[in-house]
Amino acid sequence: MPALCRDCLARTEDTRRCPSCGSRRLVTHPELFELSIAHMDCDAFYASVEKRDNPELADKPVIIGGGRRGVVSTACYVARIRGVRSAMPMFQALKLCPDAVVLKPRMSVYAEASRQIRAMMDELTPAIQPLSLDEAFLDLSGTERLHGAPPAVMLARLTRRMKSELGLTGSIGLSHNKFLAKVASDLDKPRGFSVIGRADTAAFLNDKPVRLIWGIGPSAQESLDRAGIRTFADLLRWDKAALTQRFGSMGDRLWHLARGEDHRRVSAHEPVKSISNETTFNEDTSSTDILDGHIWRMAVKVADRAKARDLAGRVVVLKAKRANHAIVTRRLSLREPTQMADTIYRTARNLFDQVADQGPFRLIGCGISDLCPASDADKSGDLLDPGATRRSEAERATDRIRERFGSDAIMKGRALR
Amino acid sequence: MKISIERGALLKAVAQAQSVVERRNTIPILANVLIEAEGNTVQFRATDLDIEVVDKAPAQVERAGSTTVAATTLHEIVRKLPDGSLVTLTADSAAGRLSVEAGRSSFSLATLPKEDFPVMASSEYESNFSAKASDLRRLFDKSKFAISTEETRYYLNGVYMHVSDSEDGRVLRCVATDGHRLARIDAPLPEGAEAMPGVIVPRKTVGELRKLLEDDDMAIAVSVSETKVRFATPDITLTSKVIDGTFPDYTRVIPQGNTRRLEVDASEFAQAVDRVATVSSERSRAVKLQLDEDRLVLSVNAPDSGAAEEELAVAYGDERLEIGFNAKYLLEIASQVDRENAVFMFNSAGDPTLMREGNDQTAVYVVMPMRV
Repeated sequence: MPALCRDCLARTEDTRRCPSCGSRRLVTHPELFELSIAHMDCDAFYASVEKRDNPELADKPVIIGGGRRGVVSTACYVARIRGVRSAMPMFQALKLCPDAVVLKPRMSVYAEASRQIRAMMDELTPAIQPLSLDEAFLDLSGTERLHGAPPAVMLARLTRRMKSELGLTGSIGLSHNKFLAKVASDLDKPRGFSVIGRADTAAFLNDKPVRLIWGIGPSAQESLDRAGIRTFADLLRWDKAALTQRFGSMGDRLWHLARGEDHRRVSAHEPVKSISNETTFNEDTSSTDILDGHIWRMAVKVADRAKARDLAGRVVVLKAKRANHAIVTRRLSLREPTQMADTIYRTARNLFDQVADQGPFRLIGCGISDLCPASDADKSGDLLDPGATRRSEAERATDRIRERFGSDAIMKGRALR
Repeated sequence: MKISIERGALLKAVAQAQSVVERRNTIPILANVLIEAEGNTVQFRATDLDIEVVDKAPAQVERAGSTTVAATTLHEIVRKLPDGSLVTLTADSAAGRLSVEAGRSSFSLATLPKEDFPVMASSEYESNFSAKASDLRRLFDKSKFAISTEETRYYLNGVYMHVSDSEDGRVLRCVATDGHRLARIDAPLPEGAEAMPGVIVPRKTVGELRKLLEDDDMAIAVSVSETKVRFATPDITLTSKVIDGTFPDYTRVIPQGNTRRLEVDASEFAQAVDRVATVSSERSRAVKLQLDEDRLVLSVNAPDSGAAEEELAVAYGDERLEIGFNAKYLLEIASQVDRENAVFMFNSAGDPTLMREGNDQTAVYVVMPMRV
């Protein structure tokens, strides 16, 4: 059976140790050199970057997350052993792991590391679909002649380079489609390399729970439970028409996934559907003054991102999480698309006023959706609000100043609230 | 209750009533029409709690009484009965049924007790006057296209009817705007209307009112208070709450200093706008107007789908101007013009533009330009 040494990249046959370097880090699979769709997922990415930059943290539990009230965005493997998970509320994480070092995320540093990894992936294939800063799909089909080595070798080389040049580790899932590649990358973390071949797909999925499927959350899980579907084997008993009838378009997808089929392409250009921003407060608040400041700052961030991508939104969305974690959202379709912070702020503020009496809130967010090109946006003024045109000119002028002297060079007083 | 009524008269009365009834109702009684028979008339009453319509029709009343029945069902039945038939409505209060009989057809409909039917509280009106149906029709027909549907500015969701000063003295004026365009329509002030408080007549009421105004010479009895407005013909009474809000000061929106004058045949203009806008598939289609001496070039440039251009002979004597508008808005205001040429008054490409029919100051439209 073909095997690959992940340390020296030597190709060999099934064996316990690499004949060239003696390493035990071998990956073995009958289809190893035939598969070409991969998912690369960095191991505890934010925490790994922090440990790399501060070696004193190496053996300490490290949690990255926002403030006392926030949630864990990443926990290092030391903290994970103690039961800390990402998305866990911070107070709970600290109960499990009181000696944890809690760090605020340094997004710009992570983005830089992500960019470097991306540059390495770009050398392997143009078909890269990043899912976030720390994970991406890669399609290496047809690259063997170019690289003079099959995809598995190039992927092992990628993680080796990430380790030696950036001090970061990642896990690889290699299979024949995106769904299985993503599942595989999670099988053997950290520093994993897992393969799901065509021949073993059915046997692999058989008794696995359907929540393995990316996008099956608690509510979808619940409706599947009601239909008696827990594992992939359960799913196989349904015919396509029945699944579609019961679950709509998801049913069709489930039918294919049950057979290990996923025809989605690895595409670099997944269209952006919405742009949003949210903040969790250190303490619940119902102060309109404080919330108003947050809404403005979020509107500016959303507008900045929209402007950077030449996009505009037709709908403004406001989200607020109440003290009891209930989420209220309000949305409003604009008469014309916008990318202006002023319009987003005014609309979101209006929406907020509709829910203000449901406070105090622990989180607030705002964003735009139903996106379109910026050329369609903000084309006409408002007869009843003659100041709108001047405010919009002021915003454009402010943007030019911020572009030149930094985003803090000029700001509105309400941003300081 | 037992009455006999000619199908045509019944259909007219029930049609008016059922159009007030909201299609989706959470309160069952609001889906019903209240039927009351007495003397030699039958009266149909329907409400959505904001609007109430009462419609009278002559009938042979064999037994006086009242009941309520689903408005849309009754309307559908009557609509499908053959023209000219005589319809008999008999209420059986013990069984809770209303029977509808015509020729060989018979129906039995579930009723709800008339005591449950919400009758709008009568109120004092500060102003009562009589207005010509043709005047009211013009006031509302020419302004309603500009009513806003934006819920956040709910005070724009209707037509602002009020008394105002104009160059020709005091007038009855209707104004509607959604912030992109505005319509201001004047009619001679009816006698007795001087003290009328300004009210915002909701969009739905404007639609219902239209059905009372078909007959040009009909005198409409109008009653207005701070909270309600009532329009009545001898047969139909439409009462509506008004929008509780302050209509913005529209006078500062109407440009006074626009000097660049374009005169153009309104229907030629509208057709040309419609033609060039075809190439754009955007939701808000922008049309560019390039004005030169006695020449207007309309153009649309949609990078993804194509471009179009059309030239019109017009009367224009000012300096060159390029200005863009939403095609839909241009079409809507141009279609208000029916007798003379459309006259546009421009200032700059960024300022609101004014449009009127010839020199008629009793119908003025303002439209906001668009960046092109």
